[in-house]
Amino acid sequence: MTVDDRFTRDLRQDPPTGTRNEVVVGPVSDWATDFSHVEPEWAADPYPILDDLRDRCPIAHTGRFGGGWLPTRYEDVAAIAYDTERFSSRSIIMSNYRPPLEIAPVGGVPPISSDPPFHHDARKLLLPAFTKKAVATREAATRAFCHSLIDSFEGAEVVDAARDYAQHIPMRVIADMLGFPPEDGPRFREFVESALEGVNLPPEERMAGMDELFDYLYTQIRDHVATPRDDLTTYLIEAELYGRKLEPAHVAGTIALLLIAGIDTTWSAIGASLWHLAKTPADRERLVAEPGLLPTAMEEFLRAYAPVTMARLVKEDMHWRGVDMKADDWILLSFPSANRDPAQFDRPEEVIIDREINRHAAFGLGIHRCVGSHLARMELRVALEVWLERVPVFGLDDPSAVTWAPGQVRGPRTLPIRIG
Amino acid sequence: MKVTIDPQRCQGHGRCYDLAPELFGEDDEGYGRVLGDGLVPPDGERAARVAAANCPEKAVVLTEEA
Repeated sequence: MTVDDRFTRDLRQDPPTGTRNEVVVGPVSDWATDFSHVEPEWAADPYPILDDLRDRCPIAHTGRFGGGWLPTRYEDVAAIAYDTERFSSRSIIMSNYRPPLEIAPVGGVPPISSDPPFHHDARKLLLPAFTKKAVATREAATRAFCHSLIDSFEGAEVVDAARDYAQHIPMRVIADMLGFPPEDGPRFREFVESALEGVNLPPEERMAGMDELFDYLYTQIRDHVATPRDDLTTYLIEAELYGRKLEPAHVAGTIALLLIAGIDTTWSAIGASLWHLAKTPADRERLVAEPGLLPTAMEEFLRAYAPVTMARLVKEDMHWRGVDMKADDWILLSFPSANRDPAQFDRPEEVIIDREINRHAAFGLGIHRCVGSHLARMELRVALEVWLERVPVFGLDDPSAVTWAPGQVRGPRTLPIRIG
Repeated sequence: MKVTIDPQRCQGHGRCYDLAPELFGEDDEGYGRVLGDGLVPPDGERAARVAAANCPEKAVVLTEEA
């Protein structure tokens, strides 16, 4: 047997080539021509902005981030999600840095950053671990963990449901799946913030944060090479594609994706659902009385407060549905906006917890459908079931104290809830 | 009524087997599959319609028998 020495070299990459642009910050002058998803006004409440754009300028533009477009209609979002020929996933986070063309079709964090045909094969490696049946084996442990978090509220009148509850659940679940130390949770939070919320920092500063993430991942990977175990990290180290083991950057990139995408998305969905219930007593009381309605209500929370917006890069200059797109323009692919398009949903601005027909796009559309959607749904359902069972009466302590994450994954980051 | 899944469209969202588990199941990669011959008993027609109407990819196809 040969020793697996793929991860022993210094795997820090040279300063990446690619394109950097000037960082623009500050208030938006007109959302149709200067949008920015990292400004406080957007983070606080993006929906009026998106509704206004859908009416008057359905494919908005910005010169920020080196240039990009924001389609707001469901049909345009869907068309772009399905069109992998003209829109690349080479980078899926809209920032001030575009990675070089050569990293396609793999990208830095496969398979979310991959294009066909490589995408299909890299994704296929992950699918069996994330089926509904596979994630169901984690439900009992997730439920017990949620109970332990509520136990820790003992004696408190006000708790921070985002910080003290929602964030911990996906952190624990993904740490268990990857075989990482559960006590590293606070580090995961730093990694999430640097990957997703630091998008408007100077590119070099953001890359330093990513280096820290990858240093951590390679340490965990080497530990798994030395001591293999039954978890996703060992699975990816051993996995083969086209008759050979994966490139080290593929292993680390996929683990980075699972860690980052597995945490703040679900944290945001749990937090936004609890925020809605805390400010809407009628819905809270109905779900406490009718727990069987929760799966339907949950889909409505996912529609109305879809946490995830993706990005694409335009491959070639083209005229597309009335606008002139240039090669390497960003597309901010807003599933939250698609989910509130009146052409697709009746009364889209209302949260209707028994909405029976709900063809929402919270987990994306097409070949990049969220690979963790079954896991996310399990975590969200269990988190809400346990909360409603243990804390059936609650409300917002101070609505003005609620804060929301800016950027492409939106959810409450501070959520003071009165439980006593 | 008969149900089929268009494999070209299905992306494994799993809404069909969440909403109508008596008609649909998942394969080893999470893609939806029709259980049995796809013929829907009369008391399953409502569930079949709900599953079809909730598929984000419009991959669930209902055929009304003559």
